[in-house]
Amino acid sequence: MSVVICLFAKNGFDRAGQGVAGAGRRLADELGAKLQAIIIGAADAAMIDAVKTVADGVTIAAQSELSDYQSELYLSAAAQICQSLAPKAVLLSNDTYSQEIAARLAHRLGGSAAGDVTSIALHDGNVRARRSVYGGKAEAVIELKRSPAVLWIRARAFDPAPARESVADVNQAALTLGDARTRIVERKSEAITEARLEDAQIIISGGRGLGGPEPFEDLKALAALVGAQVAASRAACDSGWCPPTWQVGQTGKKVAPQLYLAIAIHGASQHLAGMSDSKIVAAINIDKDAPIFKHCKFGIVEDYRKVVPLLKEKLAAAQA
Amino acid sequence: MNLIVCLKQILDPDIPGRDFKVDPISKEAVRGAANLVTNIFCENALETALQFKEKNGTGKITAICYAPESGEDTLRKALAMRADEGVQVLNDGLAHPDPLMVARTLAAAIRKIGTFDVVMVGRESGDWGVGQTGGLLAEELGVPYVGFVDHIETSGSGVKLKRQTDAGFEIVEASTPLVISITNDEHNVPRVPKTRDVMMSFRQSLTKWTLSDLGVSASESYYEVAELGIPVKESSCELVTGETLEERVSQLAEKILAVKRAL
Ligand SMILES: Cc1cc2nc3c(=O)[nH]c(=O)nc-3n(C[C@H](O)[C@H](O)[C@H](O)COP(=O)(O)OP(=O)(O)OC[C@H]3O[C@@H](n4cnc5c(N)ncnc54)[C@H](O)[C@@H]3O)c2cc1C
Repeated sequence: MSVVICLFAKNGFDRAGQGVAGAGRRLADELGAKLQAIIIGAADAAMIDAVKTVADGVTIAAQSELSDYQSELYLSAAAQICQSLAPKAVLLSNDTYSQEIAARLAHRLGGSAAGDVTSIALHDGNVRARRSVYGGKAEAVIELKRSPAVLWIRARAFDPAPARESVADVNQAALTLGDARTRIVERKSEAITEARLEDAQIIISGGRGLGGPEPFEDLKALAALVGAQVAASRAACDSGWCPPTWQVGQTGKKVAPQLYLAIAIHGASQHLAGMSDSKIVAAINIDKDAPIFKHCKFGIVEDYRKVVPLLKEKLAAAQA
Repeated sequence: MNLIVCLKQILDPDIPGRDFKVDPISKEAVRGAANLVTNIFCENALETALQFKEKNGTGKITAICYAPESGEDTLRKALAMRADEGVQVLNDGLAHPDPLMVARTLAAAIRKIGTFDVVMVGRESGDWGVGQTGGLLAEELGVPYVGFVDHIETSGSGVKLKRQTDAGFEIVEASTPLVISITNDEHNVPRVPKTRDVMMSFRQSLTKWTLSDLGVSASESYYEVAELGIPVKESSCELVTGETLEERVSQLAEKILAVKRAL
């Protein structure tokens, strides 16, 4: 029996990968199973060395067709390798690629999947996964009835795995992958934020109450003064005021900074679902009854148009 | 092109938290006075399909809803938005539709409809937010799947899709038939149906199938809901004080700087 973690070479062994490995290690220990890592794509030596010290076995699928993510090929590779490892559970991160293949992987392996998982437990030998439902208004524990349990998890919320003294063997998988049927022909990154929102320490986020795209320029200026990243609510993204990659929430980024400053954001449960793990939440909102204040450590009830220019002055003065 | 859009009917996700209750026995939300609405991402999918059809000047859009009798409202609204046909699959009152069961049922309905080029689903629903229907449906139908799409156009004999990723977006070329899931974007905000079209939608007939019409029976369970509860996560907010706005904003700045200094 094994617990498999599925990693992509392109991401390196980043914080998300480490969280997946940590969750996998704890589940494997509880099951008395081995932790097997799959790396898809040509991983560099640093990644392989790091994964070798946390897993009991490593399988790399590095053939040239897998150098960049292509869903059909990555899915086929993951399914083939899993089949030879007899997993009780397969864990992936909550990036878009993992989300795209997880349910299909479960289907191919005769298992069942659950996503956006925040904790994992065993119950009578079955895997149970906790996740938020009803747009963050409720929490459910899902018992997966078929094996393997394929879970995509809020990876950064899980502690990394401790390094071990022994080092795992590394196998190269030789696979027949078949036809891609779909092909990614162009990739574009919004090179607007230099670091990932998920890794930001301070986030300044704007909502529909900003009333247009221009105020986001002021938010960017504020952010620059404190080394923060700018994010947004879905309503602001849907209005076209900022790119969809800025969206925080149930169906956006899941962030957990030290400080999340919500400006003109109402605090809908679906928005909270993406940022309620923040250490400190603060808000600027004109409405004292806005639900965001129920989740804040501090805040100000005021028109943001009056607050933001003054705040910029104060922060700039402190920096000088 | 034949487009099939799968629509889920859900409890209105905009009901405020204070009115939201769960039944610990049935492990479902209590409906109370809340409305049933079409899941927003499914409406984004229908909107994307409608724009695709308008741009190409041809094509047919069939909306499917797997739900109890109430699902008719979702289909009437889809017709009012100008979907061409509506197919209702009655779910026999099964309280907790299992993700795999939903995918098998939709796959059976799609096979019964006949030929299709693109099946569109919402990326996830506003109630259980499972986010697996598209992937499972693709496997059931034996076709490829692309997730988080916000735009579709024709390209050669297949389609060209724009889809969102964590870092930005990608352009994907795919052969048809395939399944795609749709996410929100500034261009696919669902239209509001015209009054005339709302009236027309009530004159159109819907196809209604039961599970036995489709030869689908409840199978082994994929997963079960073991617990459902409402987490309490409220904190008390300290509003900054001060006679003048200037003083209050100073305090706000000080609190922000305190966090920054502690990093
Ligand atoms: C299935 C589903 C998934 C969703 N996923 C997400 C998600 O991932 N992320 C997300 O954010 N939302 C999501 N939503 C949408 C969510 O329900 C809300 O509609 C959205 O978060 C509202 O955004 P908002 O707070 O910016 O806008 P609004 O609700 O319009 O709130 C604007 C706020 O600005 C304040 N305001 C107005 N003017 C001023 C001013 N001059 N100064 C100060 N304050 C002012 C108002 O008091 C108000 O509180 C989802 C919804 C569904 C159904």
